[in-house]
Amino acid sequence: MTERLKVHVDPDKCQGHARCKALAPELFELDEYGNAHEAGDGIVPPGLEDKAWLAKSNCPEIAIDVIEE
Amino acid sequence: MSDVSQPAAHPPVTDWVHDFDHTDPQWTDDPFPIWDELRATSPVVHTNRFLGCYLPTTYEAVREIANDTEHFSSRRIIVRDVRPEINRNAAPPITSDPPEHKPAKQLLLPPFTPDAMKKLEPRVRAICNELIDEFIAEKSVDAAARYTKHIPVRAIAHMLGIPEGDSDLFVGWIHMILELGIKDETKLLQAVQEMSAYFSAQIEARKTKPTDDLISYLMNARDKQGNPLEDSHVLGSLRLLLIAGIDTTWSAIGSSLWHLAKTPADRDRLIAEPELIPTAVEELLRAYSPVTMAREVVKETTISGCPVKAGNMVLLSFPAANRDPKMFPDADKVVIDRRENRHAAFGLGIHRCIGSNLARMEMQVALEEWLKRIPDFRLDLAGTVTWSQGTVRGPRQLPFLLGKAM
Ligand code: SF4
Repeated sequence: MTERLKVHVDPDKCQGHARCKALAPELFELDEYGNAHEAGDGIVPPGLEDKAWLAKSNCPEIAIDVIEE
Repeated sequence: MSDVSQPAAHPPVTDWVHDFDHTDPQWTDDPFPIWDELRATSPVVHTNRFLGCYLPTTYEAVREIANDTEHFSSRRIIVRDVRPEINRNAAPPITSDPPEHKPAKQLLLPPFTPDAMKKLEPRVRAICNELIDEFIAEKSVDAAARYTKHIPVRAIAHMLGIPEGDSDLFVGWIHMILELGIKDETKLLQAVQEMSAYFSAQIEARKTKPTDDLISYLMNARDKQGNPLEDSHVLGSLRLLLIAGIDTTWSAIGSSLWHLAKTPADRDRLIAEPELIPTAVEELLRAYSPVTMAREVVKETTISGCPVKAGNMVLLSFPAANRDPKMFPDADKVVIDRRENRHAAFGLGIHRCIGSNLARMEMQVALEEWLKRIPDFRLDLAGTVTWSQGTVRGPRQLPFLLGKAM
């Protein structure tokens, strides 16, 4: 069993590059200014773990945390 | 030419570490080895040219400066031979510092979200195909003059609601501002004045006949207190959108096609796997980032251990940061399926490029349509590829042969 993952966007760091939304549209949402927040409670559904890590490693502002619970 | 306003000549660079010059022909032709040499020497180097200017060479140093609005100001964003008076509404929000920056930027963000760009995409696709129609039957083409140059200018004209047919005018102004203007104040002022007069007339026209384009959007915008923007702010933002919307993406599309023309393996792979194009676009943005912004040091500090003094400019080289091997394995290679890519082509921190979603969409569409219709092309070795000088880097002449090599 892999551990459950959760994504979180730090709103103070996010500058709206939208890389997360492009790479993992299921896990992130953009507001009217194009800034990101995690979709719902941020829990990563099974099968999308890879996308969570990909979004984290492509965020230029290092604004995304992937938390292993 | 016997132009009286000939730009000042700069002596050729012989010592890059202590006397660099980003307008030197050697830098224009091939800056990559220069950055590597400088980076190997120091994370921050200095030149006395341009009245004193620093160049951070590592990703870390660039990140530190981009996130430090206390010591570095955006009131001047182009490194030039002169430092004229500061104009508060030169081109907000790119020329704004906190606290004015945030409201000015928030105003412009909604029309440039990824969803807004999806609505514009069909027009951009049509523009690409109209352009290709004009030369596809020919054996050779200058792809910069006849393809890459026209896509962003027509797209931004479409958004602003100004005639796409005026694009030669716009391209001319931007050349005068971003290239000739580095050394020639007269040219810069002339272009800014013509551009401002053009937009003032557009604003006047909309007072009697409102439209649903970006110009009307800015005219109708209200701040938190419900007040309209100052006229100079509307004009400044319009200048910014036109200036920032053209050369930059023209350059990025051009560099991408240049790479694919000389790298058939990458080209064939993108034709076979078009779903890889968005990933490849990020890598091409990293490897050939077009834009270097500037900052002005307003308070003494240290960057990566190097002291920087107030009054100097900083050439905030996102392109050099994106070639830092500490940040990117095989930084000097183009790896079109690179998975981890925190590149800084659109800047870092509060001044992240407003148009990044537009630029990404234009690049993807421009490559998709080109590869669909012109799968076989290569550099015409009888011609010369030329590159722009200074603030934005991209091919300005891109001679290609079309069709299979015989
Ligand atoms: S990639 Fe990072 S900076 Fe960009 S929208 Fe997502 S969280 Fe924000």
